[in-house]
Amino acid sequence: MATAAETRPEDDLETFRGEVKAFLKANFPDELKGKGNALRSVEGPTEETEAEKAWRVAMGSRGWGTPTWPKQYGGGGLSKKQARVLEQEMAVAAAWNPIGGMGVMMFGPTLLEYGNETQKQEHIPPICRGEIRWCQGYSEPNAGSDLANLQTFAEDRGDHYVVNGQKTWTSGGQWADKCFCLVRTDRSDKHTGISFLLIDMDAPGVEVRPIQMISGMSPFCETFFTDVQVPKENLVGKEGQGWTIGKRLLQHERTNISGGGASMLNAQPLSKIAKDYLGTDENGQLVDADLRGRIADYEIAWNTFLLTARRAIEESKAQGGVSEISSILKNVGSKLGQQRAELLIEIMGFRGLGWEGEGFRQKELEHVRGWLFGKATTIYGGSTEIQNNIIAKRILGMLDHQ
Amino acid sequence: MAVLYEEQSMLRDMAREWAVNESPVNAWRKVRDAGLDFDASKWAEMGQMGWAGIIVPEEFGGTDFGWMSLGLVVEELGKTLTASPLVASSLAASAIALGGSQAQKEKYLPQLASGELIGTLAFDEGSRHRGAVAEASVLGGKLSGTKSFVHEANGAGLFVVLASDGVYLVEKGEGVSVSDRELVDRRDHAEVTFASAPAEKLADGSDNLADEILDRARILTAAEMLGMAQYVFDTTLAYLKQRVQFNQVLSTFQALQHRMAGLYTDLELMRTAVEAGLTALDTGFKVPEAACLAKARSNDVLHLMSREGVQLHGGVGMTDEYDVGFYLKRARVLEASWGGSGFLKDRHAKLNGY
Ligand SMILES: Cc1cc2nc3c(=O)[nH]c(=O)nc-3n(C[C@H](O)[C@H](O)[C@H](O)COP(=O)(O)OP(=O)(O)OC[C@H]3O[C@@H](n4cnc5c(N)ncnc54)[C@H](O)[C@@H]3O)c2cc1C
Repeated sequence: MATAAETRPEDDLETFRGEVKAFLKANFPDELKGKGNALRSVEGPTEETEAEKAWRVAMGSRGWGTPTWPKQYGGGGLSKKQARVLEQEMAVAAAWNPIGGMGVMMFGPTLLEYGNETQKQEHIPPICRGEIRWCQGYSEPNAGSDLANLQTFAEDRGDHYVVNGQKTWTSGGQWADKCFCLVRTDRSDKHTGISFLLIDMDAPGVEVRPIQMISGMSPFCETFFTDVQVPKENLVGKEGQGWTIGKRLLQHERTNISGGGASMLNAQPLSKIAKDYLGTDENGQLVDADLRGRIADYEIAWNTFLLTARRAIEESKAQGGVSEISSILKNVGSKLGQQRAELLIEIMGFRGLGWEGEGFRQKELEHVRGWLFGKATTIYGGSTEIQNNIIAKRILGMLDHQ
Repeated sequence: MAVLYEEQSMLRDMAREWAVNESPVNAWRKVRDAGLDFDASKWAEMGQMGWAGIIVPEEFGGTDFGWMSLGLVVEELGKTLTASPLVASSLAASAIALGGSQAQKEKYLPQLASGELIGTLAFDEGSRHRGAVAEASVLGGKLSGTKSFVHEANGAGLFVVLASDGVYLVEKGEGVSVSDRELVDRRDHAEVTFASAPAEKLADGSDNLADEILDRARILTAAEMLGMAQYVFDTTLAYLKQRVQFNQVLSTFQALQHRMAGLYTDLELMRTAVEAGLTALDTGFKVPEAACLAKARSNDVLHLMSREGVQLHGGVGMTDEYDVGFYLKRARVLEASWGGSGFLKDRHAKLNGY
């Protein structure tokens, strides 16, 4: 996270752990145990039950949905160690974080770094309370990997901008309240002509058209801006600073995707699922020797990934800057997530390929949607190929046609 | 590409032309959107063209053109994801040709060859293929048991069923119930339950009849997968040659050139393996080995190809509007059919005595 944590040295961790346990006991409704849905953010809002609402409000009012964000803007103000304790205790209680989405994962940390005081006061607290949904208006039909080619234009009209253009692949655009957008304010320079602008999704002239995905869901849209008026107060940073701010946000996005990840931490181990589905021989070994080897291969790779992620954090702390190895994490994490989903299909056989209807467990159908949606993790947030270009050029110094 | 007889080239060209014009991917999209399993009028056309009888002997109404010929047609249909019971019904016919009595052949083969009767294999009982093993049993000519994920089961009128003591024919009707199973490929699959259904044994084949049928299933399925892999490769290559980013077409990036060169290499190896399988069936030489080779290679190459196809299309590859996702979904169903790679590697090792 981009923010300095407000540590509370007077609390030793065990006292804090007691506090968390008591909070969870008092506030986490039994009926929500284990009901956290990893796909929630892409499936769109469902009618919130009483229990879900109570849980969100309880977490939000403590700021524990955004545990390490500063207290003054509604965050939890916890140290990293305390946040870890919170996470551990929530896992024990089968509780889940009801506050998430792009506001938490990407926009909040970026605004805390680049926003002015008024912007932070306005936008951060509702994110911490889980009240406002944000979407990301970066990509355009002709600006994908080549994001800086974006053409959506914000024309200066004194106290406001008038925005025209088209964004695409806007995740959750149809459900979002607001959009953080990269727009062009100057056509004379590709990178320094870009600015970071906040746009209300219900402003006149904003239109969204959902796009259907291979998983059958429609979690993203085309977004059209036609003469949309945006007050100048909604510019984050300075005009022309959008590329820098936008890239910083992408770093947060990548960290979150590689840890996409993180949802798998609490997932059942593949080996356990495989034993349930396939059975074991008299020595307790999985009956399919080939699959057994490949699951072991995957688990070794996954554990190595976790260790590397930890090493990156430790190195960053020691160096006081981002460790170079963090650039490999997005590729490794997203690929492993996909590999896990493919292995699950092999374990489950046809049961792991159900689309809908009779004959499948709910969990099996969810795996299928997750498998299909997961193919996006190597495409968005900087595709594997673009990440490799960055590694080759920035870290290894292999420049084009030197 | 195997060296073809003139009749075979003509048949392939005809199939290609028909698939492209009469049954492009868009036709499948319409079938899916209409909630159907396949287009019955297109299946009737295939029947009229004689495709359902390609491996059926002439004396029983087929053309006896052989497996390579059938494989060529199936490959072309695989390219455009044509939904039809051609593979399933041909396999059922081949089972009868291998193990049926004269009377059984006379009764069923002409109807299967014309396409008016659809047959299918009902072998597997779990959700993963385990070879020629079954619990279903027969008592006094009545078969009982449950078969999972039977391809083309809704459309089929005749089931070729694996039981613990051999292979049987069961007509849809008395004692047979079919419960739909909707898989990601959105084609026709169902669980079929036999409760004392009247069954007739295929008693005239070899002791290995079930394995012989399964090897045919593996090879013919691999032919469909070959068509799919080829199509994904071709469309991906065309896309990279047309999509512009960083002021240049994507195909000019060497990283992508090498990826496509690698996939091309895999695809050619897959083609060799599939054609070797079809040739083995026509010559009867080392079929079990050839079936492992064809299906195992096809599983691995199509798996990779279908992933790379989506990846290299970028965001549009994730949309239902583009076709490449259909291939990803159908690919996994076929990979799981009649043996995943793990099963086939094990079978290969066993066949070779280790
Ligand atoms: C599920 C999903 C959700 C998304 N959500 C959002 C969102 O909320 N907001 C938003 O703004 N965007 C979003 N995106 C868009 C995403 O960021 C883009 O899809 C991504 O940047 C890739 O761009 P593209 O789709 O145009 O692919 P292209 O850039 O056309 O790339 C096609 C293929 O070529 C490769 N390639 C491109 N250039 C090179 C090169 N120089 N060298 C080697 N390989 C190259 C790519 O890696 C890819 O495999 C989302 C995408 C998906 C799939």
